Amino acid sequence: MNIRNVKLIIAREYITRVTSKSFIWGTILTPVGIGLLMWVSGYIMTQTDSKVFKIAVLDDNNALKNHLDDSKTFAFSFQDEPLSTLKKQVGNQKYDGVLFVPKLDSIQESKITALYYSDKQLGLERSESLSSRLGKALRKYKMKTLAIDQKTLDIIKTSVSINPEPIAEDGKNRSTMTSTIAAAIGGVMGFVMYIVVFVYGMMIMRSVMEEKTSRIVEVIMSSVKPIELMIGKILGVGAVGLTQLAFWMVLIPVILFGVSFAMGGAISTMPNTELTQEMLNNPDFLAGNTKITQITYEIMSLNWWLILPLFVFYFLGGFFLYASLFAAVGSAIGDDVGESQSLTLPILLPVIIALYIMMAALKDPNSTMATWASIFPLFSPIVMPARLAFDPPMWQIVASVVSLILGVWFFAWLSARIYRVGILLYGKKISFKELGKWMFNNK
Amino acid sequence: MLLIDQVTKQFSNHLAVDKVSFHMPKGAIMGLLGPNGAGKTTLIRMITTITIPDSGRILFDGEPLSRKHILKTGYMPEERGLYKKMKVGHHLVYLAQLKGFSRKEAKREIQKWMDKFGIMDWWDKKVQDLSKGMQQKIQFISTVVHRPKLLIFDEPFSGLDPINANLIKDEISQLHQEGASIIFSTHRMEQVEEICEYAVLINQGNNILEGFVKDIKQDFKQNHFEIKYSGNLPQSHLDGLDVITHQDNTIVFHLPKGENSNTILQRLIQQGIDIQSFREILPTFNEIFINQVEQNTSNR
Repeated sequence: MNIRNVKLIIAREYITRVTSKSFIWGTILTPVGIGLLMWVSGYIMTQTDSKVFKIAVLDDNNALKNHLDDSKTFAFSFQDEPLSTLKKQVGNQKYDGVLFVPKLDSIQESKITALYYSDKQLGLERSESLSSRLGKALRKYKMKTLAIDQKTLDIIKTSVSINPEPIAEDGKNRSTMTSTIAAAIGGVMGFVMYIVVFVYGMMIMRSVMEEKTSRIVEVIMSSVKPIELMIGKILGVGAVGLTQLAFWMVLIPVILFGVSFAMGGAISTMPNTELTQEMLNNPDFLAGNTKITQITYEIMSLNWWLILPLFVFYFLGGFFLYASLFAAVGSAIGDDVGESQSLTLPILLPVIIALYIMMAALKDPNSTMATWASIFPLFSPIVMPARLAFDPPMWQIVASVVSLILGVWFFAWLSARIYRVGILLYGKKISFKELGKWMFNNK
Repeated sequence: MLLIDQVTKQFSNHLAVDKVSFHMPKGAIMGLLGPNGAGKTTLIRMITTITIPDSGRILFDGEPLSRKHILKTGYMPEERGLYKKMKVGHHLVYLAQLKGFSRKEAKREIQKWMDKFGIMDWWDKKVQDLSKGMQQKIQFISTVVHRPKLLIFDEPFSGLDPINANLIKDEISQLHQEGASIIFSTHRMEQVEEICEYAVLINQGNNILEGFVKDIKQDFKQNHFEIKYSGNLPQSHLDGLDVITHQDNTIVFHLPKGENSNTILQRLIQQGIDIQSFREILPTFNEIFINQVEQNTSNR
């Protein structure tokens, strides 16, 4: 292997890619796009109709008048006129609708169907809001009738949480939140790996195909060995990927922070303030501030000295393993795009399966499937990072690391064998049988 | 310069090169000829160390061929291409660096060549903005810029207009005069006769003919002569002559071995025929090529 050539190839791959317009725009526009998406979806969420619906209430119980309060979206007026008159008044635009609450047969009745007369649809949100307001009003009415006050009601409620405690002396103390946070961190890590394998693997495949179809390989091959070109390309594209990720790691949080800051005002004007009001009455929510400190504590208490280096290891291992496979497939594909699909499928399949196993592993990180998948080198780069926050047993980490190193070595070797034959072969459709021959034929 | 000795290359389903041997003289322009699929490209790929022979050996200047020799070799494949998105200057510098030049050295040499071709203003153009002929020139520069001792051109003129083809042809003969050994792979025989001194003919993985172009032509001559005359020539004057064709005041005849062509000429002059030209017809390479390939193929 000629290191000078590999360096030259890496430099060319890196410089031509990083200076290309598509890279610059992709690096800038992806975070901007994510920010825009957040902003647009946030904007749409806040854009509920702020119009106040005037609703005539016809209450057969004659009991709700003092319990049903107006809100930002509804103005209730209790009427005694017959339903038909009220309906007409809806037609005359005096009201937006008529709410008819039928008589409760007895105080025990736990289910009631109220009727809302209007030609205008209420919409999901208003409909839910209306039913919850009516429910609350009925509850107040029932409490009054049964002579129960709010205090008594609060006494009945008991909030329960389960706190896991380790038995082993050196076990770490953890709260219920630990697994939630571990799942969130693990999910993000696993997903980043999935994207990396997909995006940059495909980038390598396309670039190999381009070299082959543009017939540049024959020229390059008369100066460098196929393995040098393959390694140079993988390292070059890998460096491009790291550069892009580094930009995104800075740009995306900055843009998201900017968006949430810009939207801060809009969120407080959301019509569902009643919900937040309710939350404020909830003692659990009042403890929210301490919860945030608890989350921070939980995140800090994870063993980052182990997780971060391992994440980098799986990042590199997964990238090299799949990049070499994609390079091999790219070399075997001719000018035929249809052919590329049948040949890329065997590589995409393990990536996709790994993603599903990763998601299942988040729910049950110590299942047999999750354990074995995090040792199997085709799955481990995606599954294991997701499990790291769950503190898997040491033997599994060691087994996984060793098998990934062996896996990278094996698949790179296999790919190199396919690559050096495929890259110089033109105008021939390549079958799997032939790929097998290239792998194990020494010529 | 190059010794090919019993070189064999087998692919999974066919024998591409079968015990080919030849010796290329130093400083020669050699034609590597053969019909499509004869094994020329496979042979060239072995000479450029892109692939390795299954058996046999290749000597480069007397040494067994190794990777260091590719720095002294320039190869312009028939299937050629460039990175479309790269700028011409950067592209050429990159290729020259892969051939062992430093960046500075590469730049200087490339500028020299681009100046020579009057294309310095292409330096910052992207390859994809050039026409096919222009790209061919770039490709040519990339092949010769590191001053290789051995140059290999595979169908170098395909896709070039006559003016550019001549330009390249002149540059090649210039390089030849400066001492480079050159291999021409082609199936266009008129180019062989025009350019090459030495030729190797390959068919179905075997070499069936090797030698200096002059000698090969002599070996395959059929003792045919052509006479052009003006005026009348009575049939009786041609008695005893093995005439092959006779039309439009041109006679082509065959002279049996041992007879001297001068006697025939003398006889005709004495008979008062006005001779305008007299020459021996040597077979064209095209004829030799077709003849040999057909013979060789039918023998198998």
